Amino acid sequence: PLSTRCCAAPGAAPAMNCRAEVLEVSVEGRQVEEAMLAVLHTVLLHRSTGKFHYKKEGTYSIGTVGTQDVDCDFIDFAYVRVSSEELDRALRKAVGEFKDALRSSGSDGMGQISLEFYQKKKSRWPFSDECIPWELWTIKVNVVNLANEQERQICREKVGEKLCEKIINIVEVMNRHEYLPKMPTQSEVDNVFDTSLKDVQPYLYKISYQITDSLGTSVTTTMRRLIKDTLAL
Amino acid sequence: AMDTDLSSQDRKDLDKFIKFFALKTVQVIVQARLGEKICTRSSSSPTGSDWFNLAIKDIPEVTHEAKKALAGQLPAVGRSMCVEISLKTSEGDSMELEIWCLEMNEKCDKEIKVSYTVYNRLSLLLKSLLAITRVTPAYRLSRKQGHEYVILYRIYFGEVQLSGLGEGFQTVRVGTVGTPVGTITLSCAYRINLAFMSTRQFERTPPIMGIIIDHFVDRPYPSSSPMHPCNYRAGEDNGAVYPSVEDSQEVCTTSFSTSPPSQCVFTVTKAHFQTPPPVVTDTLKVPVMGLAFSHQLSSSRLSYQPAALGVGSADMGYPVLFAGGFNAAHPHQLIGPGKEGGVPPVPSQPAHGTQADQERMCTPLDGVHYSAATPSSSEDTETVSNSSEGKCGSPHDLLETIFVRKVGAFVNKPINQVTMANLDIPFAMFAPKNVELEDNDPMVNPPDSPETESPLQGSLHSEGSSGSSTGNTHDDFVMIDFKPAFSKDDILPMDLGTFYREFQNPPQLSSLSIDIGAQSMAEDLDSLPEKLAVHEKNVKEFDAFVETLQ
Repeated sequence: PLSTRCCAAPGAAPAMNCRAEVLEVSVEGRQVEEAMLAVLHTVLLHRSTGKFHYKKEGTYSIGTVGTQDVDCDFIDFAYVRVSSEELDRALRKAVGEFKDALRSSGSDGMGQISLEFYQKKKSRWPFSDECIPWELWTIKVNVVNLANEQERQICREKVGEKLCEKIINIVEVMNRHEYLPKMPTQSEVDNVFDTSLKDVQPYLYKISYQITDSLGTSVTTTMRRLIKDTLAL
Repeated sequence: AMDTDLSSQDRKDLDKFIKFFALKTVQVIVQARLGEKICTRSSSSPTGSDWFNLAIKDIPEVTHEAKKALAGQLPAVGRSMCVEISLKTSEGDSMELEIWCLEMNEKCDKEIKVSYTVYNRLSLLLKSLLAITRVTPAYRLSRKQGHEYVILYRIYFGEVQLSGLGEGFQTVRVGTVGTPVGTITLSCAYRINLAFMSTRQFERTPPIMGIIIDHFVDRPYPSSSPMHPCNYRAGEDNGAVYPSVEDSQEVCTTSFSTSPPSQCVFTVTKAHFQTPPPVVTDTLKVPVMGLAFSHQLSSSRLSYQPAALGVGSADMGYPVLFAGGFNAAHPHQLIGPGKEGGVPPVPSQPAHGTQADQERMCTPLDGVHYSAATPSSSEDTETVSNSSEGKCGSPHDLLETIFVRKVGAFVNKPINQVTMANLDIPFAMFAPKNVELEDNDPMVNPPDSPETESPLQGSLHSEGSSGSSTGNTHDDFVMIDFKPAFSKDDILPMDLGTFYREFQNPPQLSSLSIDIGAQSMAEDLDSLPEKLAVHEKNVKEFDAFVETLQ
């Protein structure tokens, strides 16, 4: 399977380790989006700060992050996300693509979506900047088909409970207070944070996914993104 | 040796952080149990008033209760701050659901930077708390409160008391933050043998307010939800409102430095106004729940100051349903806001029609013979609270539909286990396990209770309620409602439970395993010509793909 690592040249291996967390869920088709959004938003809640405002002498102040409750329609579950429509839109777009790919792949309904946090390290021309991942979240999804309404009702509740467990797992990882990129100077901030949103500032992240078709080979659409990113530089 | 003692400025800052962290923790927990969705705005410009860079509202009454409980102290070893969440039914029975504990242990991290790392980690911990408060069982219970029960909170400081949670309670850790004076830990212990309250059950039971909906002229009470959107009215402070305690005005101006840590600049300044400005004092209308004691809560007015950025009232989505807390000294006596340890007298002059509304809101209880519902004298309200405490009636048919024990993720050790798996019923996994003991279950067939005269003439049931003791309010409170919701399906070839369990934990796909490197290089090289051939065949597709990138 194609690697979902980012644009670093294989030879330039970074010294730090990228911690990787894997979560697995089994859901019904119509629950895929909400389940993915719940997990991704929970991770990003912990990995977003307020906007930085740099002042003189290298000091900076931080904006305020608002939060809001989201109720799921197809799962007995609710989660908290950062109050940022831009961020929500970005996640919904990625999750929507993932869901469509799952559906249209004709596979057994197995796939995974990954959320990777990375830092950029500037290289001198003609080399492109390195992306050094420092945290990788992978959600493995197994889509099940249920025969009747009774099963669906159980599924609503069960998946809700499973997601509760996932949230607890995510919080456990966050609480380890392991490596986080150093707070950057003003000139470096775009190498650590995504400063493109107007109200919050998540760490630089990228989302990719893999669909496993029934032959066991996987197709990734990260390639497209990577190529696009590379060309954009 | 280097001086590892905390500088006095650091110490002051740390104490301040811990204090405000404790207050924000309480706010997050209580707000998560009000039964409504919370929504606060992000703001890119720091206002200086949002502690830990998070937009968390401060409900003044909650801050007041928290400060009262803390009494100027900070969490320390052996002195924990606890927020107890409990459920109280319309019959007056109550049960502890959760205890959230903010504790301090002795493990110190002398090296950590207070004004930077500790602060940011406390912020992260609050985010974790926001997330975790939505995943314990009490969250879903609190979202459905208002009809047959309400959720209440109590804050206390000192030793953690977990005995009211029943057997086999579970604990979830929210997180820890090391500081130079100790490690702060935040966790939640929650009852699990009351795991499941089915939405379906509630839909079957008509809400109390729904019966009398046409009594309302002014504010129709939608039967589907006990919540009201916020209804802000700027208005005068009438004294029943909390004084904004002055250091809740404290501004937290954080400046972080990216230069070497020793140059961290962190200032906490008091806001430039010392007395709470009457900028915009909004009044939250607290909707009445159709329960005997609730009028006391609705007779108070909550007021708070919205975030300085002046976000409009319409888009706040601020939770309105507010359940008052218990007085620490008298756990069953309800506290009305604005009064120390007692029941507040309700202002006799209605302001903005709220009082009139509230009285009217209270009258639906007349429909169930609750004639003592005039909130105008503390005497009556004393009686009400005492009698609601004393009521431990036999609402078995009401409760029966509420409490269903479910075998599921939140259930640990069911009482009186009976193995159902070998019974020939569908989905045996999901069936409550206690069916045979229903007859012995006191909640199904309650013991006869003596009739006593109660100032509340009648209850929600037509029979009088007993004045029996509250001794068993803390007992395990499990109603068994064995009505398997799913009929047997002959089409399904195997037991759904087994089926479900199997696919819930699918085996790891070999193609997803990490040891791809185990494949030999030779294999890869061998497959290359084949792959190239395939790609060449699809060259048109790839060209089209490249087109889309342009």
